[in-house]
Order: sequence, then structure tokens, then C-alpha cells
Amino acid sequence: MNLFLDAFAWIAAPEQWSGSGSLPQRLGEHLLYTVIAVGVAALIAVPIGWLIGHTGRGREFAVGLSGAARALPSFGLLFLFVMLVGVTLRGPIVIAVLVLLAIPPILAGAYAGFEVIDRRTIDAARAMGMTEGQILWRVEVPLGLPLLFGGLRSATLQVVATAVLAVFVGLGGLGYGIVQGIAVRQFDQMLGSALLIIALALLLDAVFALLERFAVPRGVRAGRTPIVRSASPRRRAVAEPSA
Amino acid sequence: MIEFRSISKRFDDGTLAVDDFSLVIPSRRTTVFVGSSGCGKTTLLRMINRMVDASSGALEIDGENVSAIEPVQLRRRIGYVMQNSGLLPHRTVIDNIATVPRLNGVPKRAAHERALELMDTVGLDRAMAKRYPSQLSGGQQQRVGVARGLAVDPNILLMDEPFGAVDPIVRAELQQELLRLQRELGKTVVFVTHDIDEAFLLGDQVVILEKGARIAQRGTPEEILANPASDFVASFVGADRGRRALSIREVDGARVLVDADGNLAGRLVDRPAEASAS
Ligand SMILES: Nc1ncnc2c1ncn2[C@@H]1O[C@H](COP(=O)(O)OP(=O)(O)O)[C@@H](O)[C@H]1O
Ligand SMILES: [Mg+2]
Repeated sequence: MNLFLDAFAWIAAPEQWSGSGSLPQRLGEHLLYTVIAVGVAALIAVPIGWLIGHTGRGREFAVGLSGAARALPSFGLLFLFVMLVGVTLRGPIVIAVLVLLAIPPILAGAYAGFEVIDRRTIDAARAMGMTEGQILWRVEVPLGLPLLFGGLRSATLQVVATAVLAVFVGLGGLGYGIVQGIAVRQFDQMLGSALLIIALALLLDAVFALLERFAVPRGVRAGRTPIVRSASPRRRAVAEPSA
Repeated sequence: MIEFRSISKRFDDGTLAVDDFSLVIPSRRTTVFVGSSGCGKTTLLRMINRMVDASSGALEIDGENVSAIEPVQLRRRIGYVMQNSGLLPHRTVIDNIATVPRLNGVPKRAAHERALELMDTVGLDRAMAKRYPSQLSGGQQQRVGVARGLAVDPNILLMDEPFGAVDPIVRAELQQELLRLQRELGKTVVFVTHDIDEAFLLGDQVVILEKGARIAQRGTPEEILANPASDFVASFVGADRGRRALSIREVDGARVLVDADGNLAGRLVDRPAEASAS
């Protein structure tokens, strides 16, 4: 318990809150890497996932690719990229590693969201005279949102956790406190930094939960959510605040 | 009028679902396709709105070949009601009913006004307008499905086992509602069922189908019951047994009818009372 008190004392100490390398700066860096990486990953994975979900084609390809990407060790990848590309592009390299990490869960959420929709609903939409584009935007996208959000949340948690690696190429982030803390055996600093990473992860997850409330159509939550949830591909590292 | 001319359909996997089918479906009447599961009823129905395209033959609506009509445009002027109602779960009842008019560019207010009228037409309380499909009973969902099918005031209404998934009491109620609606609206209804009682109740023209959508017999319910064209038809409609095989028995000078199980079905009179013909 003492260790935790020390950690909180370290977080609260005034010297962490100003100057170069302050906690707000580290937090900002960490958040920035996370937002950019998840954003870029979403821009790549969501359209591809929707395309796979809508056409029903390319699923094996996506599953295989996602599986392979999940197996990639982020740490090794980071140094491989640095060796291949050089340290001048450290920023893009860190982002690229995090994007690769974030793509599989988002991709899976996007196409699985379409796959769990009752085929008869889509068939009826087509039989009513909806064009393929209308089926996509007015039926599949809204009904697929719960699982897509699941994928985004899962990706965000993984990226927040893995962005710790940024410090190894000198780009700071909340990993700084951990790595430096290990070096100088400052346990309050290590634990304090780790707690902030957890807090950031929980905060971002809560933001998504809130977004989900506004974005997911009511009828989907009222009627379908339980079924959808049980089919969720999410692997949660942190308990989910019930939405 | 819908005319099938030597229509065949072979699916990509080689299944010959429809084999040289020809039929005229008269306007403003109900035609029922009836047959056991897998005989090709749904395939026939879905050719009318081009959800399925024929492999050969011609299908015409009022003399116009459907293959010349753009599918999306064709579907928007044909009502379609299916077994599970196929409602959009994320839209309210009123938005579901108004879907196709909205796609056609009808302003929201007008489309909603019309949707409320349609709720009256199909016997749905307007208070349900803001509910989601998951908050309705099966029977209510089917009514919404019918209202949605009628939303653009189509000449043709396609119904694929629309009452197949509701319990018998609700089904009987919905069947009566459909008869009433049809008397009021006079649509060209093409109705698919595997239930011969439903076919005889609703159909002006009944088409009994065998595998490959081969026509076993076509006619009014009376014609089919009076003269089953084959043993298959006779057994399918149950003309030779149960409550359709009535025989006359004399009891105290009056003639009564009993079915094959010996149950009393009614009394034979010279001329039927009012109301049975309508
Ligand atoms: N999309 C399809 N691809 C391959 N075969 C199909 C397809 N749709 C229907 N069939 C086959 O065509 C036959 C007729 O099907 P269907 O028209 O659905 O019958 P029904 O509605 O009378 O039960 C069945 O053997 C069915 O398996
Ligand atoms: Mg069928």
C-alpha cells in the first residue's frame, strides 16, 4: 500500500507538473501517438472491413493478415524499422508500429459488425429498392456500429499500452517514467507512470463508451445488443464500464 | 397482369429451381403459389421484382419485360412482404413504413403522414409509431411489414409466407385482415404459402406446385377441390380424407355431412344462406 501512496505522491509533486519532461507533456505525447495511430489505422481498416463485410469477399485474407499482424512483436518491429529506415524518421516509425497493432481489431470489428446483421434484413432492404450504397450507409453501417466500436476500443487499449515503446527511440510518452524509473530504481516513478497509463486507457475507453451511446441507433441497443455483444471479437485488458 | 412465359431458373450451383414455368397472373386478384418447401415458390416470386433473374424465358408486367426495367426502380414500385417482416431494427415503426417513399424523395412530413394512415389501414394503433421492431409482437411486426409493402401504393404486392411465423390465432386474424384489405384496395397480390388452407382461403387463383415449380394444377379453390387433376393434387389438398372428404348421411330424414373421421361437419340444405358468397 505504501508503494501506491508513494506513487500518488510522486504524481502529485509540483516538479512533475512543469518544465520539460513534465507529466502533462508526457501525457500529451502519449495521447497524441495514440490518437494519430488509432485514427490512421481506422482510416485504413474501416473501409476495407466494410468492403469485406458488404461483399462477403476477402474474409479469409483479412483473417489471415490480422492473425499474422497480431503475432508481430511490436518491440522487435520498432527496432527493425529504425534499423531499416534510420533514426531521422523515428516519429513516423513509432506511429507505423502502433498502426500495425491497431489495424487487426478495427478490421475485425468493421467486418464482423456487418456479418452479424441478419441476412434477411439486408435482403428485405434490397427487395424494397435500396441501392447497394443505401444498403451500406443506411443499414449495414448503423447496424454494424456496436462491433466497430468494440474494435476501436480494443485497438485503443492496445495502442495506449504499447505506446510506452516510444521512449526507446527517444520520443517520450508515459513510458519515459517507467524506463527511467527502472534504470534508477525509482519505484514511485515507475508505478506512478504505470497508473497514469491505466488512467489514460480507462479515460479513452469511457470516451468511446460515450460516443457509442450517441452514435449507435437506439433500436440496435434496445433489441440486438445482447446478441451482438456475445459475438464481440474484443479482447478486453481492462474491465468494461457497462454502457 | 403478370405473365410468366417459359421461365426457367438454374442457380449457379446447378439447382434447377424453376423448370419451364408459364402462367398468367390477373390484375387486382390474389394468386397463391402453394407447394411444399423447396419447390420453387420463393424463386418464382422473387423473379417478379428481379431479386432473382430468370435463366431463360420472359417475364412481363403489363406487357413490359422486366429485364428491361432497372431492378432498383422496379422494386420501388412493387410491395414485398416476407416471413420475418424484414424490418430495419434500428428504425422506428413509422420510419420503417416510410422507408421507400423517403427513398423516392417524398418529404419526411408527408411520408410520415401517409405512414400513420397506413397504420390505420393495417389495424395498428398509431401509438406504436415510435416503437422499434424489437418492441412489437410477431403479429404486429407483420402488420408493419404489410404497411411498408403498401407504402408507395404499389399495384403489385408480393407476399412470401407472411404469416408463416405467427401463432395460429394471430394468423387467422391477419388472414381476415388481408381479405378485408384486398376487398378495399384490389391489388395484384402474389402470395406464397405451403399451407393449402391458407391458399384456398386467400386465393382467387391457386397454383399448386411440385418440385421445379411444375404446375400440378391451377384454378379457383372450388375448381381444384371439385376436380383434383391428379392423385398428387388430391392428396395435397386432402380431398380424399379428413375434413375435406365429406359424405352425406341421413339422420331422421335430414341430410347431414360427416367428414372422413365421422365428425359432423354440417347439414345439407338446398341453397346456402347469405354472406358465404362475396
Ligand atoms: N440462391 C440460391 N442458390 C442455390 N440454390 C437455391 C437458391 N435459392 C433457392 N435455391 C434452391 O432452389 C430450390 C427452390 O427454392 P425456393 O424457391 O426457395 O423454394 P420454396 O420457396 O418453395 O421453399 C430449392 O432447392 C433451393 O434449395
Ligand atoms: Mg420459400
